[in-house]
Formats: sequence, C-alpha cells, structure tokens
Amino acid sequence: MIEVKDMTTGAAAAPDTAPPVLQVQGLTISVRAEGRERPLVSDLSFTLARGETIAIAGESGSGKSLTSLAIMGLLPPPALRVSEGRILLNDQDLTSLSESRMRTVRGNRIAMIFQEPMTSLNPVLTIGLQLAEAIRAHEPISKREARARALEALKAVRISEPERRMGQYPHELSGGMRQRVMIAMALALRPDVLIADEPTTALDVTVQREVLDLLRDLQREMGTAIILITHDMGVVSEMAERVIVMKQGRAVEQGPVRQIFEAPQESYTRDLLAAVPRMGDGSGAPARDGDAAPVASLRDVRVRFDIRGGILSQVTHRVHAVENVSLDIMAGETFSLVGESGCGKSTIAKALVGLVPHQGRIEVAGHVLGGMKSSDMKSLRRDVQIVFQDPMAALDPRMRVGELVGEPLLIHAIGTPEERRERVAGLFERVGLSRDQLDRYPHEFSGGQRQRICIARALALQPKLIVADESVSALDVSVQARVLDLLAALKREFGIAYLFISHDMAVVENISDRVAVMYMGQIVEMGTRAQIFGNPRHPYTKRLMAAVPVPDPTHRRPPVPRLAGEVPSPVYPVGEAPQRLPLRNLGDGHLVADAPEPM
Amino acid sequence: MTDATSADLPVRPQGALRRLMRRKLALLGVAVIAIVTIGAIFAPWIAPYQPQEQMFDGLTLEGSPLGPNAKFWLGTDLLGRDLFSRILYGARTSLIIGVVANGLALIIGTLIGVTAGYFRGWIGAVLMRFTDLMMAFPALLLAICLAAIFTPSLWIVAMVIALVNWVQTARVVYTETSALAEREFVAAEKTLGAGTARILFRHILPHLVPMIIVWGTLGISTTVLLEATLSYLGVGVQPPTPSWGNIIFENQTYFQAAPWLVFIPGAAILLLALAFNLVGDALRDVLDPTQRGRE
Repeated sequence: MIEVKDMTTGAAAAPDTAPPVLQVQGLTISVRAEGRERPLVSDLSFTLARGETIAIAGESGSGKSLTSLAIMGLLPPPALRVSEGRILLNDQDLTSLSESRMRTVRGNRIAMIFQEPMTSLNPVLTIGLQLAEAIRAHEPISKREARARALEALKAVRISEPERRMGQYPHELSGGMRQRVMIAMALALRPDVLIADEPTTALDVTVQREVLDLLRDLQREMGTAIILITHDMGVVSEMAERVIVMKQGRAVEQGPVRQIFEAPQESYTRDLLAAVPRMGDGSGAPARDGDAAPVASLRDVRVRFDIRGGILSQVTHRVHAVENVSLDIMAGETFSLVGESGCGKSTIAKALVGLVPHQGRIEVAGHVLGGMKSSDMKSLRRDVQIVFQDPMAALDPRMRVGELVGEPLLIHAIGTPEERRERVAGLFERVGLSRDQLDRYPHEFSGGQRQRICIARALALQPKLIVADESVSALDVSVQARVLDLLAALKREFGIAYLFISHDMAVVENISDRVAVMYMGQIVEMGTRAQIFGNPRHPYTKRLMAAVPVPDPTHRRPPVPRLAGEVPSPVYPVGEAPQRLPLRNLGDGHLVADAPEPM
Repeated sequence: MTDATSADLPVRPQGALRRLMRRKLALLGVAVIAIVTIGAIFAPWIAPYQPQEQMFDGLTLEGSPLGPNAKFWLGTDLLGRDLFSRILYGARTSLIIGVVANGLALIIGTLIGVTAGYFRGWIGAVLMRFTDLMMAFPALLLAICLAAIFTPSLWIVAMVIALVNWVQTARVVYTETSALAEREFVAAEKTLGAGTARILFRHILPHLVPMIIVWGTLGISTTVLLEATLSYLGVGVQPPTPSWGNIIFENQTYFQAAPWLVFIPGAAILLLALAFNLVGDALRDVLDPTQRGRE
C-alpha cells in the first residue's frame, strides 16, 4: 500500500499496536583490558517498532557505533563482548546465537550501511556481481535471477543508468552513488531492521539530502525499521521519530524527537543542542567595514592538474581544479569559502600556502607567490599559516608536541632554546592547554586538543593570515564550538585574518565576515555574510542552503525538486577549458555569476 | 600501574635503554651478542688452539674427525683442527660481515630509497630503474665478478656483499618514503618553512627506523650465508681463515659421518641472527613513542 502523505516533512508515525521488531534490553558491552572488564556501553534499553526510525545521537566515544555492531553481532572478539542484556529480533535472542546462525540473520533480517561506502565495497568486483552475491548468500536462486534482483534493487535506489552501473567497479562511481549501492545491497533482501551508521557523514550536503530522502521513501515502501546512528542533530530531527541521546556509554535521554528538541530534560542534551550551529538569514553581528587593506589578494588564479595516459604518458586531460578565481582577504576578517567536495576550495588553500603550483597572481602580505627564491618563500611562511582538517595527520606522531609547536621558531631561528620553550609554553596556555603537556606525544591528546596544538603551531610565527582548511569538520559539535570560540578570540586579540574553508554552511554563517561560494573550480557568488545568507542569488547557493538539515523537528522543508543528476566533472581534454563565469556586481560587493543553465 | 609516571618519562636514550632492559627476551639477545662479540675479540686468549693448527691427535687412526670430547670441546674437523677455536675465530669474520657489510648495505639502500622516494621525478626514476636492474641481475654472479676483480680479502668480501644486498632495502624504503612524503604532516612542515634536510632527517627518517631495523636483523643471516656461499665458490674469505659459513661448506659433504661440523656453526649463525632479531624487535617498540601508554 502506498501511503499518501506529505513527502517533505518527517516520516509517518508508526502504528502503535504493532509488536516491536527489535528489543534491546539492558545491553552492556565490555572491553577486557589488563585482565579487567570495563563497560563501554551500560544498561541500554530500547524497542523499535516496524517501520519506525530511531536515532542514536551522541559524540565520539559515546558508544553509539558499538551498539550497532553488537546488534549485528560484529563486535571484534575477543576484547569486546556483550556482557549483559539481550537483543531480541522478533523474540529471538541474537546474543545467544552461534556465529553460523548469526550469519543467516546478518544481511538478511538486519542489514547495515556504513559511513564510508568505498571501504565497504570490494574494489575488484563489479557492482552487479557484489549485489548478486549478497542476495545469493541468503536466497537459493540462480545467478540469472540474482542479477535481475540486483538490477531491480539498483533501480529502487534511483541510480542513474542502472544497467551500466551493474558492470562498473566501485571506484568508477561517485560517493553518493556508492552509498546508493550500499543501500540497494542492504535493502535488496527486505530486512526487518536497517542500521545506518553515519550514512551521510562522508557525503556532500546536497548528496546527503538525496540519500536521506531516498532512505525515507524506501522505508515507507518496505516498512523497514531504521536505527540511525549520527552525530548530526539536523539529520536526527529530519529523519527520526524517537531519539536516544548517548554519552559515555549511557543513554542520558530518550524520547520522541519533538520532546527532545523542544523540552530536553537533561543538561547534556541541552548543551549538545546549544552547541549545534544553526543557519539563519545572515543577520546578527555586523560585517566589518571594508576599509582594511587586503592581506591576501588572488587574481585569475588557476590550478590545473595533468592526467597522463597513453603509451608515451603524454598529458591527455587536465583537472581544472581552480579556474580564474579572484578574491581579496582583508586584514582581520574571516573570509569563508564554501562548496562541495571537488569544488576546488582546498586547492585554493594549498595554492595560497605554496603547496601546489598555480597560474595567475597570488599576493600575500606583500609577497607575490610563484618563482620565488627559497629565502623569500621562507619569509612568506611567517605571514601565512595553515591548519588542516585532521590534526592527527598534520602532526608528526613521533615528535613531542612541545617540539612540534616550537619547530617554526627553530626553523626561522627565533630566540634561544629557553626563550623558545617559554614562548611555546605561552602559546600552549593561550590555546587552552597546560604547559605540563609539552613533553607528550600527539596520540596522548583528544581530537579537540590536537587541533588546539595545530592552532598553537600556526600562531607561533604570528602570521597575518591563517588558512583553516576544514579545521573543525572532524570535531564533535561541542568541541567544534569551543575551537571556533578560540579562533574568534585569537582574531580579536592578534588581528589575524582567516581564510576559512568549510562545507558546513551553518558553521560558515556563524563565523564569517564575507563568504564566497565555489562550484566546479569557480566562484559563483561572493559577498558579505548578510548578502549570501539573507539574499542568496545564485541557484547553486540556494540549493546548497536548502539542502542543509535543520535541527528543528517543526521545520517544514519547502518542496524542492528531487535531483538524481550527477555532479559534472572538472576534467577536460587538453585544449578545452570550462567556460569562464563572469561575476556581476549587485551592489555593495555582492557578486553573482549568471547561472548558465538550470542547475 | 605506572601509567601516569611512564607517560611523563621522556624517551631519552637512557630511558629507552632502561625500558629495553626490562624485556627479558631482548636481554637474552643482548647477552648472546655480547658473548659472541667478546669471544671474537678475545679469541687469541680464549681459544685453546690455533685455528689453522692441524693436530695429529685431532683425528682417529682411520683419519676421521673426532666428535665433541673433553680435549676438543666441540670436536675436530676433517683436517684435525679444533672446531671450538675455529668457531671463535670465525665469529670475527661473521660479525664483520653480518654487522659491517649488512650495515653498509642498509645505509646505501636507505639513502637511495629515501632520495628516490622523496624527490621522485627523474632522480627517482633513474635510481629506481638502477635498483630494478640490480635486482634482476643475479646477485651471486655479480658478487663473483666483483670478487674476481679485487683480490679477495675479508674487507673486500664485506664491500661486495654490501654492494649486492642494498637492493631490497632500497626498494622497501622507497615505497615507504613515497607514502610518507604524501602524509599531511610533511605538507604541514613545508608550510612552516622547513627545508628538505629537516623534513628528511627529522620527520621522515625516524618513521623508517622500525622498518630498517627489521630489514637489518633479517639481513644478518642472509649476509653471513652469502659470505659462506662466496667462500665455497672460492671468492670469499680465503682458507685457512675460518668463517662460520665456510666451516659449514667445507664439511657439508661429510654431514652424515660428522654432523656436528655442520650443526654447530649452523646453530651459531641461527643464534646470532635470532639474537639480533630479538634486540631489533624490542628496539623498534622501545623507540616508538606512539606506543607509549598503549602497552
């Protein structure tokens, strides 16, 4: 039966009378270490009705992913195990099943999709083969039938050209398509329960929108119950009927989504919701006046990467990562670049700090980049610094953090060893760490602390511009909020300008003075925060903002046409280049590109 | 128990040494290496006989070698020479080959691998194609050619072995370096203004140390055996100078009649390689700061 309901608001309410399909009772998961058992998840209970969506929300380390692995019977032995409690699937206790019995349940009655679809798919098998195999693992049907079922499943997830996808390999598909394939695989056997562990976290916001819509439609058609595990309160409010908020292995609050968002009982839930950045209309703090001198200015900057092919490995294609980007970053302002993955925003960051060669003119603090002597390059380093997305990757794991933060001073021969140590200690205290921690190694810190270490290192040379490349994207919301506060305080204190690169529109709105929206290597819209968020003009900007999940269950999403198209590729054969998008000035520095075609 | 205190313990050499000493197996390895080294250095004073001395009472009346007994602790060989004395003197050769030749091979391999892996481009291409060529060329043939050109002596043999054995290390170091060069912390160092030397020596080499240690300890037994092969072919250490490898090769045809002549030097090689392996393993863990607080 097809339910005719409003397709744009939250999912339909589950019938109250239906027996629960899954019951978790007093679940405790323990880890064995040093001969002792320590609970990681304690006494978690919930029930899931047919066709219902329950969200488990929490920050990293809250035990939400462990819970999903326990339900799947995938806890890595021997260290982790379910030490107490029961998991009942249609009255059958999963914790007491043998591995071989569990295998008939897994994928068949309970299916799971993971955050990163690339690692969940086998890279050397075609999509069709993997889908057919997944079906044949549980149903005794012929290969031909399985192929037909696989094709059907691909059609159900509204993937473009499903016949062609059957013969393709995972790397030939985009992230969004791969996640669709994972969903097709999970739902091909019509499981009772689908566990989605951060299913859209690795996806761009517009793709996320499509995948979430798809999950909701499929759930309606098939009556599958969904356990949605996410850290994103926006996704929670749009998808779930009930929410469990977890913290350090315990459910701190549980209830209907509206109640959690409107009247949270526990202080942790309130703090969590307060830390979530929200998107508004760009009003609020006034944008800075435009009198300041530019600290960095880019004119017609292009970055292209060669793709070699053929026997003689000559250049056949080029990736036009950045095309004719011109912008100015004023002293002491926060300039944000937003856009989806592959739009070239990170490439601009790398070009600005001299990590990738570019064409066009980049001027930073009076230095013109490109063709510089290494000594000039070194003095440029003092004026522009970068903070990367993943602090663990950006810190040499074999060095003490004190040495790491002091290294820029050492490289530029500033001060004596004692002075340097004193200055590093001062920097540590400034970013909210203690000087006792100088002799530790990066792995001994939490993610938020590591990002503070990276910020301290960037500050060491007192730069005029700090490039923050997705610097808060990998952090939990509460940690993210504190790091953003720190960045804002440093800006006031030292007059540093930021080039803030992010895909998260809500974060960008909260911290930016001016914003530029990038699409396919070019800027399509640029202006003050109020201009961009209050009066977006370019269709891509509008689409990007409409796609952001809103952490408010009462929010009614205006009907937006469903998009199933693919993001076009920035790869062109040699000799061809994308059309240049001229920017029109709408007044007061609000620049917009003409939309070439309906996007 | 000591979680809090050990986290504050700096990995200075003495700290590392102390933690190394806390591992029983590593200690055993250190002991074996120490015994072999002392035996090799003080061989003239320890050895009961001259290694080349052919003794009349070292053979039976039929002329076959003696098994281990009170006079000749490890027996005698086919020419009536005392095996214990030969093993002691042979330790000199084998240690030099295993440590010097192997160490040299590691240094050459690491230098070439790091250079090729970090700079890539045409430098990398030239170096790695050269490495591939060396790899494809039969090592033994090369060693024989080199040894035939130079008059064989212990040091020449060590050089020859180093020139043959660096190839595998270079290949592995190359792969690892090119992966490390792509890591974000290297990009972060570049943006701080760090020069190439600083990046290579402070940030890339320390990450290669564990792998180099493993290759180094594995290389000891292969180099000792390569030396034996060369000796057997007449281009290695010249008789009557003993080495563990050539003791085995001299006597292998009489394996059934006098098994101790093969087993004892074989066991010596095995023991030495194992000892280096144990120490190497422990060193790798002890020198790795990312293991702190995870033990």
